[in-house]
Amino acid sequence: MARLVSEITSYSFRIYVTGETTRSWQAVANLHRLCEDQLAGRYEMEVVDVVERPELAEQERIIATPTVVRQAPPPTRRVVGDLSDLRLTAVSLGLPDPGSA
Amino acid sequence: MTDRMEAVAKLRTGISGFDEMALGGLPEGRPTIVTGTTGSGKTLLAVQFLAEGVRQFDQPGVLVTFEETPSAIRRNVASLGFDIAGWEEMGKWAFVDASRGESEEQVEVGAYDFGALVSRIDHAVERIGAKRLSIDSLEAIFSRFADSGSVRRQLFEVAAAVNNMGVTSVITAERAHDHDGISRFGVEEFVADNVVILRNVLEQEKRRRTVEILKLRGAPHRSGEFSFAIDPEAGLTVIPFSLVELQQVASSIRVSAGNAELDLMCGGGLYRDSVTFVSGATGTGKTLLANHFAAAGVTAGERCVLFSFEESRDQLFRNASSWGFDLDAMERSGRLQIVCDYPEVASLDDHFILIRQRIDAFKPSRLAIDNLSALERISTPRGLRDFVVGLAAFLRREEITCLFTSATATLSGGGSATEANISSLADTIILLRYVEVAGDVRRAVAVLKARGSAHDHRILEFRIDGDGMHIGQPFRHLAGILSGTPTLLSAADLAQVTRTLVLEDEEAR
Repeated sequence: MARLVSEITSYSFRIYVTGETTRSWQAVANLHRLCEDQLAGRYEMEVVDVVERPELAEQERIIATPTVVRQAPPPTRRVVGDLSDLRLTAVSLGLPDPGSA
Repeated sequence: MTDRMEAVAKLRTGISGFDEMALGGLPEGRPTIVTGTTGSGKTLLAVQFLAEGVRQFDQPGVLVTFEETPSAIRRNVASLGFDIAGWEEMGKWAFVDASRGESEEQVEVGAYDFGALVSRIDHAVERIGAKRLSIDSLEAIFSRFADSGSVRRQLFEVAAAVNNMGVTSVITAERAHDHDGISRFGVEEFVADNVVILRNVLEQEKRRRTVEILKLRGAPHRSGEFSFAIDPEAGLTVIPFSLVELQQVASSIRVSAGNAELDLMCGGGLYRDSVTFVSGATGTGKTLLANHFAAAGVTAGERCVLFSFEESRDQLFRNASSWGFDLDAMERSGRLQIVCDYPEVASLDDHFILIRQRIDAFKPSRLAIDNLSALERISTPRGLRDFVVGLAAFLRREEITCLFTSATATLSGGGSATEANISSLADTIILLRYVEVAGDVRRAVAVLKARGSAHDHRILEFRIDGDGMHIGQPFRHLAGILSGTPTLLSAADLAQVTRTLVLEDEEAR
């Protein structure tokens, strides 16, 4: 049952970063890698630079960068940081367990 | 040092009394930390700093709120006349909402910074051209993130960024105790230059709010704690007790105390900007003197306000009519206002504000308070002293002649906490005493002090009848009246004393 749901679910992420810093790049790269590994073909990922789009950060009340928000499926989940620990990131974002795919 | 002091420009906050205390305001373009315990008024100060900027100086402001939501803040301060929603529409106010929403749990994975927060603040400041910024409270951020060491490092960046925005800012931080230590997370480290402490302390069972400026970037400011009140209409109001500038332009104009003989005793009346202090036991005639004083003003065509903290209106009017004063008619003439209040209806700070508001509205030339001792019930000696110092300084500046009465604790003799504390502030001190003479209780009046006047040094007997107070002859045959234990002088002593007095009079000529 759980497998069935995960197979038809598509994921949507928005990642907030500050400018073109190393930390921003690392976080985006880590999220990208994770999604490709585990959600290939069924995810969307949008990068928001808060320096350019502060109003989006305002809407979501983002304080720290980088912050990833899982917008779909509900519920919303947030992970703050450069996502250097991929396993912890995957668990925190509620990604399907790669072993069961 | 001097160069540095000159380099600090100040921005007027517009918060009543605060700028006098800070000798001009907060350092312009710099952050100031405001710390205090829970409920000490930090959020109000942060919000009011912005609101007064918009209202009085047309300076737009940004409020970064971590604890309360914008809608809660709009609602909470609406009663103070702060139309935040309206200002937002006009582009005079912007929120950066950093309050924690429900279901916004987050996990930390790896390193992060507060770049988003800085960008949002920067964006809001740019958008409305803000001159002022408040952050309430920065350290709330510590509760959102697990690694406080990392948060601390990142806050340095935030503080530095805010510093570079060119806005004058107020950053609140919580303290665990009113009197020791720094804020819980040591936010002073980030903004070490300017620190203001708000306190809400219990002192002899009375709650007292104070504000203290710990340091202001090497700029001059008043030191020590100052009382403040949270006024339902004006918001946070620092009571300028003892910091009202003393303008040393002493008036040389004399006005009547309300009784011709008493005027003579005081060397020709009271100076117009003077403070007179009447001390006596209950029933010696303090309220009577206050009546004389008020009536003299009304007769001279002046406006006068009488605060009675001891008697109800009915009692006051009945007693006055027994001395021949028609207070009712005086009030109807529009020149006299009588305010009867129980001291307990408000805190001392609030009474101060009420009195000032009354003065601002009515613009009297005279003011009488009957009596200060009743106010002791709601205050500490220190608080009452501050109250009188502040009020006297204010009245002097406005050239309002004032008369305060105070009750002595014992029927005979003198001395009360009130007197010991504040008699030094008075220009004129009038003592009223009971004197026991051969089984009779009589009354005595003496002018103990009359600054700048050659006053009468004798203790004179006075009577009270349907026309008020009548001063008669000195008690030459008694000694020890002031101490409350008069003794009859022998004929020989009396002769000796009389000779001495005559000699002194001759020498004086």
